[in-house]
Amino acid sequence: MKVSPIERGANYLVLIGFALVVLGPIGVIVTMAFGPKDASAAREGGAFHPENFPEAWEIGRFGQYMLTSVVVATVVVVVSVLASILAGYALGTMRFRGATLVFYIFLLGIMVPTEAFIVPLYFDLRVLGLTNTVWGVALPQIAMSIAFGTYWMRTYFRTSSLALIEAARLDGASSMRILWQVLVPIGRPAILTLVLLVFMWTWNEFLIPLVMSPNGAVRTAPLGLAFFQGQYTQGTALLAAGAVMVALPVVLLYVFLQRHFIKGMIEGAVRE
Amino acid sequence: MSDGTTTVGRSATRRPARSGWVAWAYVAPALLIYGAFLLFPLGRAAQYSLFEWDGLGESTFVGFDNYVEILFDERLREAFWHALVLVFFYAVLPLAIGLVLAALLTRSQVRGLGFFRSVIFLPQVIAMVVVAVTWRQIYAPDGPLNGFLRLIGLDSLTRPWLGDYTFTLPAVGLIGTWVCTGLVTVLLMAGMSRVPRELYEAARLDGSGPVREFFAITLPTVRGEITVALTLTIVAALKTFDLVYVTTSGGPGTSTTVPSYEIYRRAFQLGDVGVATAVGIVLTIIVFAINGVVNMIGDRK
Repeated sequence: MKVSPIERGANYLVLIGFALVVLGPIGVIVTMAFGPKDASAAREGGAFHPENFPEAWEIGRFGQYMLTSVVVATVVVVVSVLASILAGYALGTMRFRGATLVFYIFLLGIMVPTEAFIVPLYFDLRVLGLTNTVWGVALPQIAMSIAFGTYWMRTYFRTSSLALIEAARLDGASSMRILWQVLVPIGRPAILTLVLLVFMWTWNEFLIPLVMSPNGAVRTAPLGLAFFQGQYTQGTALLAAGAVMVALPVVLLYVFLQRHFIKGMIEGAVRE
Repeated sequence: MSDGTTTVGRSATRRPARSGWVAWAYVAPALLIYGAFLLFPLGRAAQYSLFEWDGLGESTFVGFDNYVEILFDERLREAFWHALVLVFFYAVLPLAIGLVLAALLTRSQVRGLGFFRSVIFLPQVIAMVVVAVTWRQIYAPDGPLNGFLRLIGLDSLTRPWLGDYTFTLPAVGLIGTWVCTGLVTVLLMAGMSRVPRELYEAARLDGSGPVREFFAITLPTVRGEITVALTLTIVAALKTFDLVYVTTSGGPGTSTTVPSYEIYRRAFQLGDVGVATAVGIVLTIIVFAINGVVNMIGDRK
């Protein structure tokens, strides 16, 4: 559609203006992260201080927290994606009594606020001795991811070719074999999107590890950052460096696989 | 499972024969984990909310007293009011900005739209704690925001943004606006790209201007997207926790406390588990009610 050059120019201004509003705060924290951490560093080393990162890594124990985050995220991604594929397969391609009810029960879980079920879950898991363990932090997140993952995989399996399933069945393939050798290979994009979203949610999650590990034994990276902010109050450079490190893994994935993130979060928005 | 829930009709024609226990075997692992660690504790929350319990000792049945307390406890009432204010900053403001922005950008072919989309979506993938730490620095008394205001000669506007009874809640809310606007805009742009260009051409031949075009063509087309955007952002506003925990801890005073923060504080700091779970149940009901209402309005033709 034709628009006047003036309108086009104005649109570019709006575009650049908004991009700057979004990038500004990110620029601020990155600049701070490379800035001098105190007056003596400013005198000696000029304006560029990449050594803040190893120093924050050391003082803030980010190595330990990141490792915890990697372990928790791996457990949550593997278990919830596997369970979601299986459940989504049944709900998307099979006919059985109670299927609709089961589907709506899963849908419900997408909207339930964490705050509502995490308090009693903490006290029940404390009795079982599961608080302050990786499983205590991972299981509630697995449950939440399964709610979304089942919905997501069901949508994929419903749209996958029924002719393909029928042909494989006529060849005598079992339902397991149809799933793993026919549907999962061609469904890799949908599964990758789910893996990325679950990884991001788990990596960024704050409330669940905060509640489930009160003694800090299973402290994930975002919690480590919040803790560091409370403990380390001299200067802001190391805190900023820590913040950049905590955000970096997901941001890097986003830079390379942004289509998956945007597609997943837009199409995954429940609309039933 | 009752007969009323079996899938028949439309889907029966395109699905293979009934699978029975095989299907249940596939659903079982997901359903068991989900049931044990989400549904069951949600039921337990409803049960806990009828008791007075400090988290350690004996519990006493108090009926609906904990719910009555929500109505009369000033701090809790305030928390729910603040959540409502945050809805404005997380949902209403981003929707207004997003509609204008998406309409402008869809109307004209500007280059670099894909790059722009990636940039404005970026806040969605950054951990909320990192966002909170960042904005705390920006809002600091000698931080970049006050520095900028001094630079352009608006010294009178400088203030400790997170230590001010009037301005802290809006300041926290604007962080939500920063996070949510990209998501809303990208959603709306996807919807608006569906409008056939001929429709705009025809409207223009009829002599309608951009404003008329927007209300007659664009807005009705993206009704579904608006519904989704509002659902997502309103729920995000009601569930705000990390942001408040890291930036203000509910302060100064009680000026930025929100329901989620009160749940955490009462359950784990004050030992008031009954009221905490009651607030959780009320929050869940509000989330579901808002979801229902937004979808009902969105679906009405």
